[in-house]
Amino acid sequence: MTQLSSLLRQLRRPGAALAAGFLVLLVLIAIFADILAPYEPIAQSADRLAGPSAEHWLGTDQFGRDTLSRLIVGSRVDLLVSFGATAVATILGVVIGLIGGSSRGAVGLLSMRGVEVILAFPPIVFALLIVTLFGPGELTMIATMGVLFAPAFARIVYGEVLTIRNLEYVQASEVIGSRRTRILFRVILPGVVPPVLVQVSLTLASTMLLSAGLSFLGLGVVPPTPSWGSMIGEGQALMLSNPLLLFVSSGIIVATILAFSVLADTIDRGLDPRRAAQVSRTPRARLTPPTTQVIPVNPRKKLEARP
Amino acid sequence: MALNIVKRLLAGAALLFVVATIVFVALQLVPGDPARTILTGTGATPTEEAVQALRDQLGLNLPIWQQYANFMGQLFTGSLGESLQNGQPVLDLVAQRLPRTLVLIGFSTVVSVLLGVLIGSTAARFGGWWDRIVLTATSVGIAIPSFVAAVLLVYAFGVQLKWLPSGGFVPFERDPGDFFRGLVLPTAALAIGFTGIIARMTRSAVLGIGNQDWVRTGRAVGLREDTVFRRHVLRNSLSPVLTVTGLQMGAMLGGTVIIERVFNYPGLSGLLIDGVTQRDYPIVQGVVLVIAALFVLLNIAVDIAYGFLDPRGRN
Repeated sequence: MTQLSSLLRQLRRPGAALAAGFLVLLVLIAIFADILAPYEPIAQSADRLAGPSAEHWLGTDQFGRDTLSRLIVGSRVDLLVSFGATAVATILGVVIGLIGGSSRGAVGLLSMRGVEVILAFPPIVFALLIVTLFGPGELTMIATMGVLFAPAFARIVYGEVLTIRNLEYVQASEVIGSRRTRILFRVILPGVVPPVLVQVSLTLASTMLLSAGLSFLGLGVVPPTPSWGSMIGEGQALMLSNPLLLFVSSGIIVATILAFSVLADTIDRGLDPRRAAQVSRTPRARLTPPTTQVIPVNPRKKLEARP
Repeated sequence: MALNIVKRLLAGAALLFVVATIVFVALQLVPGDPARTILTGTGATPTEEAVQALRDQLGLNLPIWQQYANFMGQLFTGSLGESLQNGQPVLDLVAQRLPRTLVLIGFSTVVSVLLGVLIGSTAARFGGWWDRIVLTATSVGIAIPSFVAAVLLVYAFGVQLKWLPSGGFVPFERDPGDFFRGLVLPTAALAIGFTGIIARMTRSAVLGIGNQDWVRTGRAVGLREDTVFRRHVLRNSLSPVLTVTGLQMGAMLGGTVIIERVFNYPGLSGLLIDGVTQRDYPIVQGVVLVIAALFVLLNIAVDIAYGFLDPRGRN
């Protein structure tokens, strides 16, 4: 696996290593949150709005709830929503893209047109519409964001399939009489993996951002379950009496989103053989920085329509 | 060209038709009786007569195809229905709020594009430590969610330093000075990430163009480096920047939702959130449709502008 080794080589860059390490740590914290959190995240105490101390490293909020414990336990729901939504988006988008790119006629056309409809909504507006109708909650968020972020995958896969379909090894496979599903999944799909992986990482960042925004508005994760987004909202209300809450919850969100986008960049360099060879040290030759896609969720590069 | 624009607009109209249908269908998917949900949302348990009355008012007792026809017919006559809370026409509410949101988006765009192009092109041109600073700063800037930036800006400049108002809105007619002061922080919050994106895009576009043959030719015939850069590199780098600007403006139609909330700014998004929390479906539908329409129009505008800037993309 030269791709894997080239990816690992990219991880030696200090920024990439830091980001990867941070994310691994975060996942471990989320998994072992129950053991790690010094207090129950929703346990109230008389110690209200306390500053940092030996008992409460990051202080407490207006109900005397331990900020550190809430951050730790909050990582669980944030990562779960983010990973869940990304998984849904990836599977949905890849399947639609494969269908769109490989079938001719009405099916192919319809699948990609359907994708355009979703892109006609700014993501948060679409999410708000769904929340109005179905009420807030983690499952709503995962489902909604899964649908919202699928088009990006569909477009990428669609474009790649159109390119790959005409390559010699695919045609060779057709010539020797492979079945269509085999060609799709065994011949074409592997070629689509690198750009999809990059998109996965970007989508993790975008879903984290969007779900934090929804929770901040009180329309995402329902209190009292702690989540980073809702903690920023609480921090805003308490910024006069306990600014630390605002700082740590903002800091952790920014760090996580940054780590995901650095990861996307690293995968992008590592898995693209042309780029890996050419860009080993200096970032100069980059043409489209993937990070530009983190916020807008609009990887609407114009993909050429079928010939 | 004109034919192309007409085609685009027709496609956009078709897309909006589908969007309106989805919004309509979404309301049908609400579990339970929307009328009952709306009434329960106000607190008390509704009486059976009240539910029936609301069902009549909403036309929920009609067959579904007729509801659909009514909904679409309403849209074609330019009406977006009436608020369930106070019976005001949704269109009036939107018309009152929309300009404020557009002002915010316009300001952020101007600031971000000017700053971003300046930062990005100088980073690409001079390289070295400035380039490295720009790369790091822009990745951090892009990673900061605008609402986080907003809250932190309020803390720093509104609460601690007290230089600027932490929120609210003063109409331009009443006091232009306060109007602009109130816009500084929301604009900054939106512009931080946007500037980063524009700067990065400009930088990579400039770097990409800088290697083109005709740029080398320009240098070879003895044009001054400044002239080469301004006339031949920068100008040609701007079409991808334009595309990103358009997409970002579209994204801001959504992004302002949270920002307006933080600053208690009475724009379109505030209307949307109020609609969501009060389950005022006509308002939510109306605002979503208006935003989607603007979004689609913006994309068409970007495509057209792109065609003017880059003749290769005209078809």
